[in-house]
Parts: sequence; structure tokens; C-alpha cells
Amino acid sequence: MKWLDDTTLEHLREVADWPDFSGTRYKVLEAIGQGGMGTVYRAEDRELNREVAIKVVRDPEFDADVAQRMLNEARIVAQLEHPGIVPVHDVGTLDDRRIYYVMKLVRGRRLDAFVTDNTTIGARLRLFERICETVAFAHAQGVIHRDLKPQNVMVGSFGEVLVLDWGVARSSARQPIASTPHETNKTRTGTPMNENETLTRMTAMGTTIGTPAYMPPEQALGHIDRIDERSDVYALGAMLYFLLTGRAPHSRKHLADAGDDIPPPRKVNRRVSKQINAVCMKAMHADPEHRYDSAESLRTDVARFLGGDAVNAYRERPIERLARIVSKNKAIVAMVAAYLLMRILLIIFS
Amino acid sequence: MTQCTLNEPLKKRVTHDKIKSYRTAPTARRRQTMHEDTQLGGGDSRFPQTAHTAVLNTRSQDAGVRERAFGRLVQGYWKPIYKHLRIKWRLSNEQAKDSTQAFFAHVLEKGVFAKYEPGKAAFRTYVRMCLDAFVSNELKAGRRQKRGGGRAVLSLEFDAAEDELIRYGPQPATDPAALYEKEWIRTIFSAAVERTQARMTTEDKTVHFALFERYDLADEQTRKSLTYDQLAKDFDLSTSQVTNHLAAVRRVFRAFVLEEIRDMTGGEAEFESDARRLLGVRVS
Repeated sequence: MKWLDDTTLEHLREVADWPDFSGTRYKVLEAIGQGGMGTVYRAEDRELNREVAIKVVRDPEFDADVAQRMLNEARIVAQLEHPGIVPVHDVGTLDDRRIYYVMKLVRGRRLDAFVTDNTTIGARLRLFERICETVAFAHAQGVIHRDLKPQNVMVGSFGEVLVLDWGVARSSARQPIASTPHETNKTRTGTPMNENETLTRMTAMGTTIGTPAYMPPEQALGHIDRIDERSDVYALGAMLYFLLTGRAPHSRKHLADAGDDIPPPRKVNRRVSKQINAVCMKAMHADPEHRYDSAESLRTDVARFLGGDAVNAYRERPIERLARIVSKNKAIVAMVAAYLLMRILLIIFS
Repeated sequence: MTQCTLNEPLKKRVTHDKIKSYRTAPTARRRQTMHEDTQLGGGDSRFPQTAHTAVLNTRSQDAGVRERAFGRLVQGYWKPIYKHLRIKWRLSNEQAKDSTQAFFAHVLEKGVFAKYEPGKAAFRTYVRMCLDAFVSNELKAGRRQKRGGGRAVLSLEFDAAEDELIRYGPQPATDPAALYEKEWIRTIFSAAVERTQARMTTEDKTVHFALFERYDLADEQTRKSLTYDQLAKDFDLSTSQVTNHLAAVRRVFRAFVLEEIRDMTGGEAEFESDARRLLGVRVS
């Protein structure tokens, strides 16, 4: 028997996983990413002569729920026509029964990689506003994402923001877009996992889904009847936390650690203002009733902050209000101050 | 300490002659049992729906099924075991050969495989723990004598395994558990390659396999310098034929890898996890 050295072994592993698109219009060029549900490949659409991304689910033999999630994702994304959501071109099944879907090839970087660059808080908040816009659009279409995290956001080469991975999304009418025969009643609260890993079970009571580090308490505890748009608001708040501090709010590796205390962003990064700190903490309030009621109202508060206006999440003291007004109207204040100074000087020397 | 209580049905039939009958000359046994495998078919790339793994079959009421299952597991595990003994326990090659044989005799005698409880650990981890406990006990008792009156009881290609260790031996700092794991994976893939070759030969597709061997089984440097166009020239085929032939062999190979994993694991959950790890997620 031929000895398989380590590099050959690794190549064979890739070969065995490589999707066979012969007989289709697509030619796979290279693997460009691994996700919770499968692998994403850069491919060529030979009919339209353009490059596309193809997501291929892992073997349905042992991943039937993942296959269902992928179909779910394709159907949901097909309903959501928005510049912040990658359009799906095609869905199909390979000879080996693996499901794939073809989407626009996005060139850019994941948000978590993007913010490691020397971006200012202001620039990050402007990106965040656009993420909120996209999520608000999905909510308006009756879709809740349920797995928002920096790893699921791409920042394109022209600064465009794309929200990805709608595989665990569901209709806000509290029905999964596509139900799955593999729903279980298992709660995986004891499952150790990577902070960025998405749980792959579909939703039944007591079942959790999402990413622990960014997950709202009601989701972590499997109270799916309590999951609504405000759960996405929490995850957006957790993303805002990441953008402000460079780290995820939860360090939990186990879902059972749902109640861990989160240090406010301002404690982690002193450059975070009290106002945006309050916005973040309001979005991440443990009780959904005390969060922003929508992604749009969260976006509006962030926009107010960026515009130098008072935010709803923070009650200013008079001195803070004055400081904010001064800061917002620096030019006018400077002119008034100069005018007053001149008048004073004139009075003194006249 | 290995938790081994005697399994009566197994105990009754244990003889060293019997053990000897579990020859693991791989190809012969595989060809013999091929018809029992789920048929993959020429162009059919559907996955095998094997209901019982070799591990589960060690508990079968049917003695024949149990014997075949034991043979399959010996085939899948002897090499990782031998190398583990050489690296972790620093046994000489003769001692390692002896202990490998002795371990399998012990496993058969005590019904160790049949006692595996899925969910507690992966089957291969269970085997490694049993092996470590066995060797530790043997060393403590100062009895690493040969079983079966000093004769070899299993026909295993120890020289090849030793040669691999010498030529491609692990770095001194290699974790023995990681080495054992890697050897297990290597065995799975090697077996799948062998079965793929057998299948292609049976179906008169030797050119398909030759392409696979030339390209996919080549070392990294050769593969990087080789193009499909070059292969097409060398084999007097068109480039698209090369692509299609390779795709066909890879489909069969993939199915055999999955079948091997299923056979060597202790249950569906372990199979799923290993199949994901080996075929779905790159471990770097």
C-alpha cells in the first residue's frame, strides 16, 4: 500500500470534499471560506462569464438539518432584495446530494478583520448604522436574522456593508421560513463551543441557536417564543460592543453561562463616550422590554450620536448638555466667543 | 486498568488458531466482502447507508459477523496501535510487534471492543486508553511474553509500519495521542485508496485510477508542477476527459472514505463528527 504523506493526506481530504460541478454551468476555482454549514467556493459561471460564490452544504448524509438551513437561507435571501444582502442567483443539488446555492461573489473583509485596522470609532459607527439599516429592512420584511455577529458582516472594497449567513433566520411571525424534520427538543446549554461557532439546530422550545458570544439571554436559554426583532437588537448591541471595544461582550463558551455580567464598553475602552456606552447597554439589556424596540430606533439613536444630538438612551446632566451643544456647534460657539471677546476688549479699551 | 469482564460467547470461541484466521491481508478480505458492502455503482455517487458499523457488529449474535467485525477493526487499528507503542511507550520494534499481537489477543479474549459505550469517548480514544492500560499492566507485571507460544497470531505487515516510522518518523516532540490520531486518519484514507483502486479495476477504469494516482496521490511538489493539460497529453485524453475521470474517481473515493469512517467509529454521532472533521473542516 502506498504511503500517504501528510501533504498528500491533506490534499486527499480536500479532494474528497471537493464538489463535483461537472455537467453544470459552474466551474469551481478555489475554496474561499468555511462556514458553520459548509464551504464557500469561488467559481466561474461559464454561461454568463462571471465569477460567483457557491456555498456547498456538507454531506446531507450526516447534516440533514444543515441542508435544510441552507435551503432556508437561500429562500430567505431570495426574498430580501437589499444592497446590504448578497443576492442569490441559483440553488441546486449535486449528484452526491449535497445542496448548493450560487450567490454574488463579494470581495471584501469580514467586519471583525476590518476593525482591527486603524479605523476610528466614528467610522465604525457609520458602518454600524448601515448594518442596522439592513437588519431593519429584513425586519420590515418579517425576517429575524438570529445570528448577527461581526463574522457575518462583510465590508466591501468600496465600504459597502453586507449582512451574511441567514441560515438560521426565521419569519417574525414565529414560524421558521422552512420547517425542518430534524427539529429536536434538546437544549445544548452544556455544549462547549468556540465563541464564534453557530449552533446548528433548528428551533424548537428549549433549543438554542446562534452564537453564544453575541446571543441574547432569551435565545441562549432556548426561550424561542420570546425571540423577536428585539433579539436581533440585542445582537446588534453586542456587535456595537465589539466595534467599541474590539472584543465580544460574552466570554461564555457554554450557553449555560447566559447570565454573565458584561462590563460596559466604557470600562473596557475609556475613549467610549457615556452616550454611546448607554446606547450599547440599552440595546443589550437583558430584558427585551427595555431594549430598543427595533433596529431602526437603534440606528436612529446612533445617528443622533454621530450628529451630535442627544440620544434617547442617556439622560444628560445640564453640564453635559452644554458640553455637547458646544462640541456640536464649535464654529458658532467660536464665533460668538470671538465676538464677545472683541466687545469686552472694546469696552475695556474705549 | 482496562475494565474487562469476560464475555461468555466470545470466551468460548477464543483460540489462537481462531485469531490466526482473522488474516488482515487487506485486499483479499476486502474483495471477499465487497458484495456485502452497499453498492456504490459506477456513476452513482450516493452514499453508503451502512446500518451497522464494524464496532457495533462486534456485539452481533452471529459469530461470523463478529469475526468479520473484529478483522475489520484489527485492519483499521493495528498500525496506529503499533506506532503508538513505538512512540509513546518507546518499545523496541520486536516488543511493539509482540505487544500489538498480545493486545489484540487480549481484546478478543475479554471482548473489549464489544464493551465500548458510545457517548463516553470516541471509539479510537477508547482503544488507545485500553491499549495504554493493557501495556501499563503488562509492564507492571513484568510479563511482556509472546502470546500463543511465541508464534505470531495475526498476519500484520509490521515491517512496512516500521519502515514508515524510520523514513517518515514523527518529530521528537510529537504528542503521541496526536500521532495516533493522524495514523488513524492515514489508515482510513489508505484503505479508501485501496478500495477505490479495486473498484476501478473491477469496472475496467484503470486509466481513471492511473490519473488519480498520478495527480492526487503524488507528493505536493509533483502535484504543483502538474497540470490537467499535461495529464491529458500524457494519457492521450482531452483535458475535459481528465477532469471528468478525476471527478468520477474522487466521487468513489469520497464514498469509500465515508464508509471507512463509519466502519471504524462507534456510532452515528461519532461518525458525523469525524466525517465533518475529515471531509468538511480543514484541520490545520
